[in-house]
Amino acid sequence: MSKSYFDETHCAIGHPKTKVMQWLLTVDHKRIGIMYAAVMFTFFFVAIATAMAMRIELFAPGAQIMDGDTFNQAFTLHGVIMIFLFIIPGIPAVFGNIVMPLMIGAKDVSFPRLNWFTFWLYILGCIIALSSLWTGNGFADTGWTFYAPYSLNTDTNVITTLVAAFVLGMASILTGLNFLVTIHRLRAPGMDFFKMPLFVWGIYATAWIQLLATPVVGITLILAILEKYFGIGIFDPSKGGDPVLFEHLFWIYSHPAVYLMILPAFGIMSEIIPVFSRREIFGYRTIALSSASIAGIGYLVWGHHLFTSGMSDIAKTIFSFLTFFVAIPTGIKFYDWIATMYKGKIILKSPMLWALGTIVTFAIGGLTGVTIAMVGSDIHLQDTYYSVAHFHYAILGGVVFLFFAGLHYWFPVVTGKMYKEGVAKVAFWLNFIGMNLLWFPMFIAGYNGMPRRYFDYLPEFQIYHQISGLGAAVILSGLLLMFWNFLYSWKNGEPSGTNPWNATTLEWHLPSSPPPLENHTKVPYVDFNPYEYHHGEPVVKFDYETMKRID
Amino acid sequence: MSDHAYVPEIATSRDGVEHEVQGWQGDFYGGKLGFWLFMLTEVLMFGAMFMVLTYYFTLHHNDFIDASASLNRVLGGFNTVVLLISALTMGLGLLKMRSGDVKGAKLMIWATILLAFVFLGVKAIEWSLEYQHGVFLGLDALQSGNAHSKPFGQILFFGMYFTMTGLHGFHIIIGIGLMLWLLKRINTGKVTTDHHILYWNIALYWDLVHLIWVFVFPYFYMIGCDAGGYHMPDIGSLFGGHSNEH
Repeated sequence: MSKSYFDETHCAIGHPKTKVMQWLLTVDHKRIGIMYAAVMFTFFFVAIATAMAMRIELFAPGAQIMDGDTFNQAFTLHGVIMIFLFIIPGIPAVFGNIVMPLMIGAKDVSFPRLNWFTFWLYILGCIIALSSLWTGNGFADTGWTFYAPYSLNTDTNVITTLVAAFVLGMASILTGLNFLVTIHRLRAPGMDFFKMPLFVWGIYATAWIQLLATPVVGITLILAILEKYFGIGIFDPSKGGDPVLFEHLFWIYSHPAVYLMILPAFGIMSEIIPVFSRREIFGYRTIALSSASIAGIGYLVWGHHLFTSGMSDIAKTIFSFLTFFVAIPTGIKFYDWIATMYKGKIILKSPMLWALGTIVTFAIGGLTGVTIAMVGSDIHLQDTYYSVAHFHYAILGGVVFLFFAGLHYWFPVVTGKMYKEGVAKVAFWLNFIGMNLLWFPMFIAGYNGMPRRYFDYLPEFQIYHQISGLGAAVILSGLLLMFWNFLYSWKNGEPSGTNPWNATTLEWHLPSSPPPLENHTKVPYVDFNPYEYHHGEPVVKFDYETMKRID
Repeated sequence: MSDHAYVPEIATSRDGVEHEVQGWQGDFYGGKLGFWLFMLTEVLMFGAMFMVLTYYFTLHHNDFIDASASLNRVLGGFNTVVLLISALTMGLGLLKMRSGDVKGAKLMIWATILLAFVFLGVKAIEWSLEYQHGVFLGLDALQSGNAHSKPFGQILFFGMYFTMTGLHGFHIIIGIGLMLWLLKRINTGKVTTDHHILYWNIALYWDLVHLIWVFVFPYFYMIGCDAGGYHMPDIGSLFGGHSNEH
């Protein structure tokens, strides 16, 4: 049996002998991606634990297990971990690293050592973020948005969290930079931009957002830190500054950041739909270009977070109008995916199930987003459970669900094993039902006036909170089952073979599974489109020794 | 990492045409593209600060003019010239490197380092003069609500001034470190006439550092040059005990 990337590796410094050091110092994009996944999902469960604690607190009116101050810290911790530690690095750090170079036929990313450094920068950021749990006056209680002037006045440990967010932002910038250069320089000969798999397009658009938006929030956080130390007054109205300016600068980054989360997820969808429909993707170019245009339009819509913060009516109208525009390229993608499935030979394996489930949940998340993009309804719904439900439908029901779809889809590439399909399907249904139970009642509660970030509520909202609590328990059981399935199958699963799904893109044309250290035996010449099927069978076939086409 | 020279792979298309595969090793244009992208993030970072500055300039116009008038334009102007010359020496060094004159290139790098230290020295004098006059981050004059407080707009101006020149100075220090590292790489033969991407990128970095200063200088030092001399009249009056809020 040939050696895989688990058996040997390249290291940033020297040639360490021990297995542990070989992992810590590795520059191999696949290993780095796995390490990202391990750390990120650990934090994911920490954030879920805080969310569960909040759900228990909210099961009945009045204080149950924590007081209001602790609740404020709990939702901040949940937000900071989920946003900065989990979902922003998210799909690019894991699958951008593991799969993107395989898809373009590269041996590694353009700057492997920088990639290694970036990973450890990310770890440093995580450590700083968590250290504020035990140092100073406790974790920040500002919410993950750190709105001024409260964040400047509170005694809690905001500075540490801001520093952590800055460091994590740096890591994000460097990841984006690395991927941009990789995609521009290291594509296999013959693969022009419109022969790239659509996941690579998603990563490409994302990388531009990482690069162009993150510096703005970085400097905003620096200014907030200096503000806290020296009291310059940049964001403090009692010193002549303007707190709304903080909101503007914050959302100039953080709104594009939600597209940074969703674009690679759409990329995963565009991989899975054609493979499990056994059909060439409908409207390849429109999907590719809609990724780019979402990234572009995403820069111009940040003001919709500030409809109630004090903005002129003209600015509100313009931002509202521009926000509607995001729905156009997103709609194009949805119609393209559905058109791909039309008359296809649909195979309902677990990755496809997750993708189809996302079409439902993300459609709800996306369309409710359009309702709060309207100034009038937003003034009613701002800071209610309605926007909480919208956000979680879009991010959990969109990004994270597709992340899970990707975990199922690429599990064989990464591990060389196949998970238990039956268990995976049960886990999907638990997640899907739990997700809707958990968040759909919040739309109604929010519409009736339940404000977000409150640890107490009026008795009339109790029924919604209790249904939500039930949903949270269901989704938790689904998540635990899913991750048990992965870990168990990694150890004990059946060998999957190199191409269990009959997929067409290059990461399924590796000589062995799991792949060898330097990926493809030889770099192929790419003179074909990424999803070529004929009568439900892949068109392009390779001889894996020479990587020459034999079809 | 293998120490052997990198031999690019060949991919053959179906009609037998051979194509050289671009690897990540020795990718000059990849290195250049990556660094240009990094420079873009620097521009955005300083750009956001200039935006904040511009916004507050419109809110507190007169305070900004007054505060700017009290900055030392002689020292600031001198530093501008120093940085422009250092950009020239850096560029000349790169030209010498590319034409094979390694010794001349190293001389030019040393000259750039020297000029960078001159810049930092002058900056230090400037800051300590301001500190002596009570104008510095954290001092009473830049805190609101006490007897020495400057007007809001001036506090914001000086706050941004120390933040931005400080961050710029930090980039100069990083630059000195990078140039010393570059000299070491040249001495150990890692950067040569044929393989000088590191030099290229550090020169690019240095260009950006001086370019940022070219915007910082007029925005802080020049906007108030009609309103007063370079001898810090406002700051002197602090010790007379009366406010300059007219």
